[in-house]
Amino acid sequence: MTASTANQAKGKKRKRVRGVGTGAPSWEMIALFILPAFLLYTIFMIWPLFQSLYFSFFEFKGLARGGFVGLRNFHELFTRYPLNEQLPNAFWHNVYFFIGTMLIQNTLGLLFAKLLYASRFGKRFFQTVFTLPYLISALVVGYLWSLMLNPLFGPVNQILRAIGLESLARPWLGDPATALPAIIFANAWQWVGFPMLLFSAGLAGISNELREAARIDGATSWKLFRYIELPLLLPVIGIVTVLTFIGNFNVFGIVWAMGGVNGEPAGATDVLGLVFYRTAFRGGVDAFGLASALAVLMFIFIFGVSMLMLRYFRHMEEKLT
Amino acid sequence: MSDHARTSSRRINLASIGANALLWGYAAIVILPLLLVVSNALRPTREIFKNPVGLPTSPSFDSFVKAWEEASFNIYFFNSLVITVVSVLLATAVSALAGYMLGRYKFRGSMLLTAYFLAGLMLPFRLAIVPLFLLLNDMGLIDNRLGLILVYAATGIPFSIFILSSFFRQLPQELSEAARIDGAGEFTIFGRIMLPLVRPALATVIVFQFVPLWNDFFFPLVLLRSTDKWTLPVGMTRFFGEFQADWSTLFAGLIITTLPLIVIFLLATKQIIAGLTAGIGK
Repeated sequence: MTASTANQAKGKKRKRVRGVGTGAPSWEMIALFILPAFLLYTIFMIWPLFQSLYFSFFEFKGLARGGFVGLRNFHELFTRYPLNEQLPNAFWHNVYFFIGTMLIQNTLGLLFAKLLYASRFGKRFFQTVFTLPYLISALVVGYLWSLMLNPLFGPVNQILRAIGLESLARPWLGDPATALPAIIFANAWQWVGFPMLLFSAGLAGISNELREAARIDGATSWKLFRYIELPLLLPVIGIVTVLTFIGNFNVFGIVWAMGGVNGEPAGATDVLGLVFYRTAFRGGVDAFGLASALAVLMFIFIFGVSMLMLRYFRHMEEKLT
Repeated sequence: MSDHARTSSRRINLASIGANALLWGYAAIVILPLLLVVSNALRPTREIFKNPVGLPTSPSFDSFVKAWEEASFNIYFFNSLVITVVSVLLATAVSALAGYMLGRYKFRGSMLLTAYFLAGLMLPFRLAIVPLFLLLNDMGLIDNRLGLILVYAATGIPFSIFILSSFFRQLPQELSEAARIDGAGEFTIFGRIMLPLVRPALATVIVFQFVPLWNDFFFPLVLLRSTDKWTLPVGMTRFFGEFQADWSTLFAGLIITTLPLIVIFLLATKQIIAGLTAGIGK
């Protein structure tokens, strides 16, 4: 019996292999199909990424590449004023941005997904509405909210005054204490639909039998969520966390629109994306070397931490199953 | 028992009222600012300053005309449209070809090539801007729309190949075999038989590339110099400086920039959601 199943499996396997294997086109044909995408992708994306690493060890004079300088560009990043102050300042703002986004945007996304999973009516409507702002350019969202939060003519303060909360009205983007949180809010306003959709898909993937079984065992809705759904959502939570991390450490347009190229007020909204842009295109004569070094560090950090996060979540999943 | 049932059903009712209040509340936070943008674009700045939240008394499209003509939105819009459409078509065309070969056939190196293309989904391309700038400079493509198009097309390839190759893989083998017996060549099988069958995936790929490219700010900021080549997002930064005091026109500018995306969203909600959740769930 085992032999016959093995044979069957083998037969099936052979068949499938033949399906994709025979009639495989000639090398010329394969090249003809793949080369256009390969060249475009390699020349304009992959090759420049590798070159960044190479260039980070060279001195630049404007557009001209000079001699090999070892780690000097990296050293300059942390010692030359004002970079040595702007860089850590911006880095912690990115960390703050990430934590704030996780707490506000992704928690709301999970909450909405859970509420919509249970509701019968209007699911599609709410999903569509909540996802809508994702379409708008980050820059436009930034400008839109900077108008909304304008201290004099902005509707937000106007509404606060109208409902008697005048003490809360403030120059949101002019005050270093509220500027970055305001941007985090605007960014969450734009993106909340994304974690919501991912969590919705995750919830839909959980078998209803599990839910039934838990309910029969007398689990309350909260317990069902906490002990059944949440652990099973772990892979999605992992993906959302990593994507949020990558997105937040690359944030650029929305901060530019709300805080300008220097992250006003007084650098309170400065982030790594802006520092990188300023270093490369508003810096001194050796800007390109410094910017390449910064690109390498950001790449290693973003990629490295993403990998660590993925591993951590995989480890958590294994522990649970 | 009936008592218990009543309290629990009341609790469920309360919970569902709470849930609905939350959902509607947040929906208002999304929709009201958007409505306000429309309303304020239709009334003069003087009125907006007097009363930031309000409906237009006599709606007028003057601000749209002003943004379109005086603030050069006609030029920016045209540039954005040409650059985005050509980039998306180019990326989709080359990705369909490569995705077909990688999805349909196993050959030596095919797995490696697929991984090579998919790695692009994870890479922060903006960090490559310095070498990219120098490369385009050597090619004479700085301040040239073609340069931006090539970069954009390249960024669209990983996602497009990811989606298209998995769709091509799912198509039944018999179709191409029958065609091959009839003497059809590889390009005929690809173009006449396979490509029409992956139309839903093509729609997803096209819509999903269009949105970020239309909205992109970083690459045109760096790669385009002259204002007559600028796209909408870069033009927007100049516009917000120059028309600072003219809120009505500012709001109109926001709408003009976003309108094509709203149209796409209404036409292709399904594709957008499919793209956002690609690879998750069932």
